[in-house]
Amino acid sequence: MANKTLTHLQRLEAESIHIMREVVAETENPVMLYSVGKDSAVMLHLAKKAFYPSPPPFPLLHVDTTWKFQEMYKLRDKAAKDAGMELLVYQNPEAQERGINPFDHGSLHTDMWKTEGLKQALNKYGFDAAFGGARRDEEKARAKERVFSFRSANHRWDPKNQRAELWNIYNARKAKGESVRVFPISNWTELDIWQYIHLEGIEIVPLYMSAMRPTVVRDGLTIMVDDDRFPLNGEEPVMRSVRFRTLGCYPLTGAVESEATTLPEIIQEMLLTTTSERQGRAIDHDQAASMEKKKQEGYF
Amino acid sequence: MTTPDPIYKTDALIAENIDQYLETHQHKTMLRFITCGSVDDGKSTLIGRLLYDSKMIFEDQLATLEADSKRSGTQGEEIDFALLVDGLAAEREQGITIDVAYRFFATEKRKFIVADTPGHEQYTRNMVTGASTADLAVILIDARKGILTQTRRHSYLVKLLGIRHVVLAVNKMDLVDYDQDTFNQIVSDYREFADTIGIEDFTAIPISGFKGDNITGASENTSWYKGTSLLPHLETVSVEDSLEQAEPFRMPVQWVNRPNLDFRGFSGLIASGTVRPGDEVRVLPSGKTSTIDKIVTFDGDRDMAVAGESVTLTLTDEIDCSRGQVIVASKSPLEVADQFESTLVWMDEQELVPGRAYWMKIGSQTVSATVQEPKYEVNVNTQEHLASKTLDLNAIGIANITTDREIPFAPYEESHDLGGFILIDKISNQTVAAGMLHFSLRRAQNVHWQATDLGRDHHASMKHQKAAVLWLTGLSGSGKSTIANIVEKKLARMNRHTFLLDGDNVRHGLNKDLGFTEADRVENIRRVGEVAKLMTDAGLIVITAFISPYRSERDMVRSMMQPGEFVEVFVDTPLEVAESRDVKGLYAKARAGELKNFTGIDSPYEHPESPDMRIDTTAMTPEEAADAIIARLIP
Repeated sequence: MANKTLTHLQRLEAESIHIMREVVAETENPVMLYSVGKDSAVMLHLAKKAFYPSPPPFPLLHVDTTWKFQEMYKLRDKAAKDAGMELLVYQNPEAQERGINPFDHGSLHTDMWKTEGLKQALNKYGFDAAFGGARRDEEKARAKERVFSFRSANHRWDPKNQRAELWNIYNARKAKGESVRVFPISNWTELDIWQYIHLEGIEIVPLYMSAMRPTVVRDGLTIMVDDDRFPLNGEEPVMRSVRFRTLGCYPLTGAVESEATTLPEIIQEMLLTTTSERQGRAIDHDQAASMEKKKQEGYF
Repeated sequence: MTTPDPIYKTDALIAENIDQYLETHQHKTMLRFITCGSVDDGKSTLIGRLLYDSKMIFEDQLATLEADSKRSGTQGEEIDFALLVDGLAAEREQGITIDVAYRFFATEKRKFIVADTPGHEQYTRNMVTGASTADLAVILIDARKGILTQTRRHSYLVKLLGIRHVVLAVNKMDLVDYDQDTFNQIVSDYREFADTIGIEDFTAIPISGFKGDNITGASENTSWYKGTSLLPHLETVSVEDSLEQAEPFRMPVQWVNRPNLDFRGFSGLIASGTVRPGDEVRVLPSGKTSTIDKIVTFDGDRDMAVAGESVTLTLTDEIDCSRGQVIVASKSPLEVADQFESTLVWMDEQELVPGRAYWMKIGSQTVSATVQEPKYEVNVNTQEHLASKTLDLNAIGIANITTDREIPFAPYEESHDLGGFILIDKISNQTVAAGMLHFSLRRAQNVHWQATDLGRDHHASMKHQKAAVLWLTGLSGSGKSTIANIVEKKLARMNRHTFLLDGDNVRHGLNKDLGFTEADRVENIRRVGEVAKLMTDAGLIVITAFISPYRSERDMVRSMMQPGEFVEVFVDTPLEVAESRDVKGLYAKARAGELKNFTGIDSPYEHPESPDMRIDTTAMTPEEAADAIIARLIP
């Protein structure tokens, strides 16, 4: 009999597909959170594979802060269209009204647009399951996160009350009002994500590749001036060859100087680099257990 | 503060030829393993060391680590690797990890997923969770302490969860001066213990997680040790793809894919075996058969798919198949049952309530199940059996379980995917237990007789006869089959509805699993008795031709029947006569010792004491004997 040895990426792919199908079979109203980043891109690609030839039987939800990079908005609309999926965009009306922005409001910006926005969106549409692209290798607190992570009716995560996950059997049962966040790419590492994007030819936001971009340096972070809402306090944006290792709100996302313009070059740079992925995010420059606190409050 | 150089250097290929590097790395395999031990055994230090040595730790993390080591480390001026892998804030303060944490690292050959679980007894459920997905277990032992109660507990759990590969990592060798005798003694102690719980094979390695000895390569400090180092062993141990693929094909159906009226596909993760278009398959539990039409994937139709792949199958026939059913190779179907013996690991604060209905999720199906009072509980430390009426948190017990419908399954030993299950509390929705099916129980023990409206008398009167069993007993070669055959033919001419059960014929089918030992002969007759009883219920005249050497079994069959229905016919042929006829040459073989347990030679024949009829074959022809029997039946 012809044997076939499955590679680590084939195993990871099969596991992620298995998880997505379980959610669709066992929950009433699932949604996929789509942040337009590379992890979202992989998750969306896996969803297409899981349900082919059907389109993925759930919508995409983008919890928008209005402060993402322009190129992210472009790819978001295109990717949803290509996948034949409905795209829901949600912006917290209160944050909108109060003009919450990353320059004047600090951590309130993330709290209101992202954390509150997500809760409001899930309530509005009555989603009982939401796929997220978090990975266990990102953060110490996430190493213990379950694949199926249950939230109370007010979206709180209780680290002491998580269900055991044995074999590949997932318990998706929940009471009315409760919901579950599901992380199908939990066991992927950053390197796995890049290798898979390379191997499968998945479209990603061009910001991951180096190009000459207008930037200013603030508090040690190199920030791209992506639109004219950026308050320049007498600063003159400088064209630098930069790229982004993670993508979020552009005023909060640090760029790295780089000459990597192809995927293999990005992977090469990643492998030779000596700092971890999330360092470019201003949100984490907090105390060690900051992510855990944010998670308990409902941040993804 | 000293920062050791990572022993596992970054591949030079990354800098020189990234394309070639990527090509190699796309062919890596994956190994999941669990580390068993406690912080005291240096477990976190070992994992931290593996992450560090495989360059999974970055400068910023290292800077944090150095700061943390100074503040709360336990290693003085050295880096405390344990701090790398300690998790949630509350746990960090307590200095213990209380959950399952998954860590990732990769070498040139493999990607690794490490399940890191706490070692204390109160975290048995966490270890069971981590062990459920592991291909390999690293059991850590402190070289200064040797085998402890916890070593035995961890080893028992590793065996219980069916982890195939075991590494005995004798750690802290630096603290015993790398002494060979200490190592050898621990290995020999462990071998003795491993034998008693059924761990057949393990790889023992002397290491120091703290100093890095025998982690990535052979250490000079243990020049006496000629075996493999830990990481090279993890890189090369077999991941069993070929074993999994050699099993018969099984795929639990997760989801029916129906984008339009022209397409109906069955999606699932293949649990074992391989599948190709054209393969004949059976859907369980319905038992309907069909043929694989296509293996459909996003990347195009496939010629073949193997265990571990998520696919969508289409069948050539429109047969019922839905989530929870299992598609299997038609030639090797799974057993289907609704009562099982199982091992349960209780995981909830609320103890087991025997008789209460829980949800049972196995494969992709969820059924309602009740657990009986445990047969016994197992002491995880000593493996002793204890009497118990329930199971509380972290308890392990053996109990029977009944499902509300029949489910296809395999013993856990054969298939983790089809024999492993969880129990879910119907009110709290918590996962309250992990379970492993052993085997199905005989249904008869708990199945009640179902009354039918048309009785046995009705069946017989429709045939204008009275049901009966003509039970011919006698030595091999006495003439039972010859006479029985003539009786049946004569009755048929009289328009009687008959059925002839012949000893040799029954052993080709119904009883082909039985031999000729006393126990098997008893079971042989019991089954024939049950079949004869069903046939008399159907109103038939049953003629049987079995040696049926034991009085007690003939009486047992008599007691199954209605009074007067059972006619015991002793076909009396002396041994010498039967032996001299030896139609099938069996006596000769038995005398030559080639046939064991042959009735009359080395196995007894108990003569009937008061048969309903005695046929003396030395005085009657078979025709005359048949006529006499019929005359007795129909006066």
